[in-house]
Amino acid sequence: MKNSSALSDWVLFLAFAAAVLTMPLWLAPFGANYPDLMQKFAIFGVFAIGFNILFGLTGYLSFGHAAFLGVGSYTAVWSFKLLSMNVLPAIMFSIVVAGVFAFLIGYISLRRSGIYFSILTLAFAQMSYNLAYSVLTPITNGETGLQLSLSDARVLDAMAGITVTRSLPSTNLFGMKMSGMPGFYFCAVVLIVAFFIALRITRSPFGAMLKGIKSNQTRMAYTGLNTRPYLLWAFVISGMFAGLAGAMMAVTDPLAGAERMQWTASGEVVLMTILGGAGTLIGPVLGAALIKYFENIFSSFNERILNRAFEALPDSIQSIVVDTVGLFVGEGWHLTLGLLFMITVIFLPGGIMEGVRRITALFDRDKSGSSSAASNTAAAEHS
Amino acid sequence: MDNVVLHVADVHKSFAGLHALSDIDLSVKEGETHAIIGPNGAGKSTLLNVCIGRLRPDSGHVVFNGENLTGKQPHQINQLGVVRVFQTPEIFPELSLLENVMIPILAKRDGSFKLSWFRRFAGENNVRSKAEGILQDLGIGSFTNSEAGSLSRGDKRRLELAMGLAQEPRLLLLDEPTAGMARHDTNATIDLLKRIKAQGMTKVIIEHDMHVVFSLADRISVLAGGRIICQGTPEEVKADPKVKEAYLGEEQV
Repeated sequence: MKNSSALSDWVLFLAFAAAVLTMPLWLAPFGANYPDLMQKFAIFGVFAIGFNILFGLTGYLSFGHAAFLGVGSYTAVWSFKLLSMNVLPAIMFSIVVAGVFAFLIGYISLRRSGIYFSILTLAFAQMSYNLAYSVLTPITNGETGLQLSLSDARVLDAMAGITVTRSLPSTNLFGMKMSGMPGFYFCAVVLIVAFFIALRITRSPFGAMLKGIKSNQTRMAYTGLNTRPYLLWAFVISGMFAGLAGAMMAVTDPLAGAERMQWTASGEVVLMTILGGAGTLIGPVLGAALIKYFENIFSSFNERILNRAFEALPDSIQSIVVDTVGLFVGEGWHLTLGLLFMITVIFLPGGIMEGVRRITALFDRDKSGSSSAASNTAAAEHS
Repeated sequence: MDNVVLHVADVHKSFAGLHALSDIDLSVKEGETHAIIGPNGAGKSTLLNVCIGRLRPDSGHVVFNGENLTGKQPHQINQLGVVRVFQTPEIFPELSLLENVMIPILAKRDGSFKLSWFRRFAGENNVRSKAEGILQDLGIGSFTNSEAGSLSRGDKRRLELAMGLAQEPRLLLLDEPTAGMARHDTNATIDLLKRIKAQGMTKVIIEHDMHVVFSLADRISVLAGGRIICQGTPEEVKADPKVKEAYLGEEQV
């Protein structure tokens, strides 16, 4: 990290906010400007930003962050059922409950570091997943998942005189329905706020201490710093971000299932962060958006589309090509993701943001001929 | 009697039956520079590690300004004002020089934990200018924004020293501050340590280089085989036949 000025931080923040709010415009050429997908970009962006506060700053790799995502979703749906279909209480409760949950898991897991820490978080998340499926069925509704029903109490809504008789109510923000484009804009604002908080944390003395822990944890202790509460707070904060992301999922689609807590979901956020660039501010959001975009595009390809794409080829070759390519799309799109991830980690260990940095460095050298200036400007965006 | 700052009382430490330290009794007075010398494997580093809480003695205790350090965590001992400068630089290689020095200053100012997440680290102007001053003082002030990991070995050691001095310690423990330095750098470091001494900082210094020891130390303890075999002023130690024996084949005193 270099010392970036307060001004350059504001420029970065405003550029980020502008880019997020204008997504419906500039995503149109990619065929990705429909609300469902853009909501996912924002939700997983928040998840990855929070994960990066732990992994990117302290270097502690959690393999169980999906547990907090799931807890956030369940809490939000319960808030919809018991209190109100308004999204604000749901989001607040989700953050608090996920934070408490993260405190408990973090308190125990942080007694170890390195691979042992990762395994502990993985074990806790799998425990949560299995509990949600079995013992906790009264709370989680097991395999079916937690859903709204007509007979829900909705105490606050009832007090406000809002009753439903026919169809299930939809989530709202003081009457504004949270589906379609309003839902996207809500998620976009939440993402921008989350980014702002992460930016402040990264640039703060607290953030500097977290980077110190990543760089040389032993030294921190001999410098008079107690690393345990620093790590625990980083863990809890990133758990709260995950809870927020889980709540946003419930806001855009008010149901919660245990599969959200599965280890594959925990692994996904690790991939997003590393693909985008761990330790950078923008990287995790880019990684999240890229993975969700590819998931959407590649998984929608089926045999019919492939056959049409390779029509020009002779029949015998066409069937071979379609069969081979077919492995990487549709249900098998994870294969593409795996390849993409391998290529990134081997050639660009710092993720997409390292690619960006290398390119800016090239340009700057062309312009001024000084490589130190290059690393400085590139570092303005890099944390 | 002068004011005793550090008192190591009857400390024993053994590793798997090997007596690393036995019967160590040592008093360091306020403002003095106390050198600990001895052949390799004499237990010098073990003694320092006991003082800063990295190792726990089997018996005996270490008292600093009336407070028992035994059983305290390293960060608590540091917060009391006991700061160690490491022999192999323990720096933050990925952070800039400035950050490397600002972190210890903040640790002293804000204590062992503070959740200040909304302030700007780079906006801590007092801390920053103090850190810049110290880096300047040590001759590495011209590249405050470079990554610490990219420094030369000698400069890393200066940075290590800067990080220690930045905390304005009440007791500074120096582990071979000039090992591996060129003669020119060694002299610069001696000058610097003399200047600190003039400010009245109490120091314990482990050193192999006798030139350094005799230019700085007020008193010397000679450690051999985990025991203190001789203690006194540089002149007394020079004259002691036991010391010559311990160093035979090692180094001439």
